[in-house]
Amino acid sequence: MTQENVIKGIHNVFIEGFEIEEEILNGAATLDQDLGLDSLDGLDLVVALEKEFDIRIPEETAREMRVLQDIYDYVDNNVQ
Amino acid sequence: MNNQVAITGMGIVSCLGLTLDSVSASLQAGRSGIVIDDGRIEAGFRSPLTGKIEEFDPKSWGLKRKQLKTMGEPAQYGYAAAVDAIADAGLTLEDIQNPRCGIVMGNDSVAGATVEGHKEWQKNGETRFIGSGYIFQGMNSTVTMNLATYLGIQGANWTLAGACASGAHAIGQSLMLIRSGLQDMVLAGGAQEMNQESMGSFDALTAFSTRLDSPQEASRPFDRECDGLVPSGGGACLILENLEHARARGANIYGIVKGYGFSSNGTPHLSKPETDGAARAMSMALDDAKTDPSDLDYINAHATSTPLGDAAEAGAIAKIVGSDVPVSSTKSMTGHECWMAGASEAVYTTLMARDRFLAPNINFLKLGDDYPTININREVREADIKTAVSNSFGFGGTNAVLVMDFSDMNEKRRHA
Repeated sequence: MTQENVIKGIHNVFIEGFEIEEEILNGAATLDQDLGLDSLDGLDLVVALEKEFDIRIPEETAREMRVLQDIYDYVDNNVQ
Repeated sequence: MNNQVAITGMGIVSCLGLTLDSVSASLQAGRSGIVIDDGRIEAGFRSPLTGKIEEFDPKSWGLKRKQLKTMGEPAQYGYAAAVDAIADAGLTLEDIQNPRCGIVMGNDSVAGATVEGHKEWQKNGETRFIGSGYIFQGMNSTVTMNLATYLGIQGANWTLAGACASGAHAIGQSLMLIRSGLQDMVLAGGAQEMNQESMGSFDALTAFSTRLDSPQEASRPFDRECDGLVPSGGGACLILENLEHARARGANIYGIVKGYGFSSNGTPHLSKPETDGAARAMSMALDDAKTDPSDLDYINAHATSTPLGDAAEAGAIAKIVGSDVPVSSTKSMTGHECWMAGASEAVYTTLMARDRFLAPNINFLKLGDDYPTININREVREADIKTAVSNSFGFGGTNAVLVMDFSDMNEKRRHA
């Protein structure tokens, strides 16, 4: 999967699953402050990403994700 | 001296409408909200009859994705009813966000959310795939936990489960909280899910009507030809308020919740209705209200359109009140709204007082042979209801009776 498609797929999860406007989705956006996700959303985000990309995101890795770029990088490095 | 408790606002989501005025119009027209649900036929229900709430969109009440994730069907209905009740009472969220205002709602199942969450788990093989929302949708207190959170409630906050008397007990308990001085205001009501998961096990009891050739004639409380109830649901909320508190802020008052009676049948059968228990609750409520049965203008019966239950209630009414006071069961139009019925029927009764009519017990033709004589109101008619009783009875023999006094209803309410 190309990096472009990875980013597109991740944005899709945020837009479809969390009703977040596409305009504010960028690598520097913080998950809590900028995108408004709370700890419960975080749990659902991990499951949604795992389903979207058929990957596994360990709990400790997920806890360390702060900005959207962290997600881009993890998915890009682990997706088939 | 106990504080008196006023009704200062109401909200309703039911198969008769989504606003107070549309519900009142349905009641005055004797319009039934019962339909056949084809999905229930496919799902193997014995009876596909159900109340149907038309065009309910929770987003119309300002609910967003994050809130809807934790709010299943009953919480959504309850939220819509509560938001409308708050507005109807002339209150803002700021007015209710203090430790003197609480919420007590009746609810006794969360089957839809429980089953849906379990399906996600089974489909994906790990609990984490259930997601974060279902725990908050699938607890019995889902209605009050969500509403208290999203409305910013700081006082009483719990759900009351008392089978089909839940909504009435919630109002009764709220009455006690305000009378005692522990709260100034309580959002009191009930909610009832209507999904297949919530009604399948009830259908299995063969308690539902199978009069499929005429769905709107299927619910016929007290009629000798009744063959079972029709399940229904929704949400209902009343703003109950210390009378002095209501007057001090210039609230428009519908009436006073004047009495509450409760009892348990104490008989060794879970689902068999019983006259004596119902009669004791009626008697207790009238005593609590210091109201003589001869002063009653109307009784909103619990009668669900099941022969045993309706006969038992007719016996209680005949024993405590006699055969003169007009009686109707609005379940003839709504079906049985179960956990919320006691609350929604308090709303229906208040609307009758507001708009000066007695709702009909539609589909009633003739009392069963073994019923005592009571005065069933068959047609809609003009009436000035000053004092009314609303009965609610549930599985396990739990009974709740409310007495409401509308004699000092604010005239502004009449033209709402």
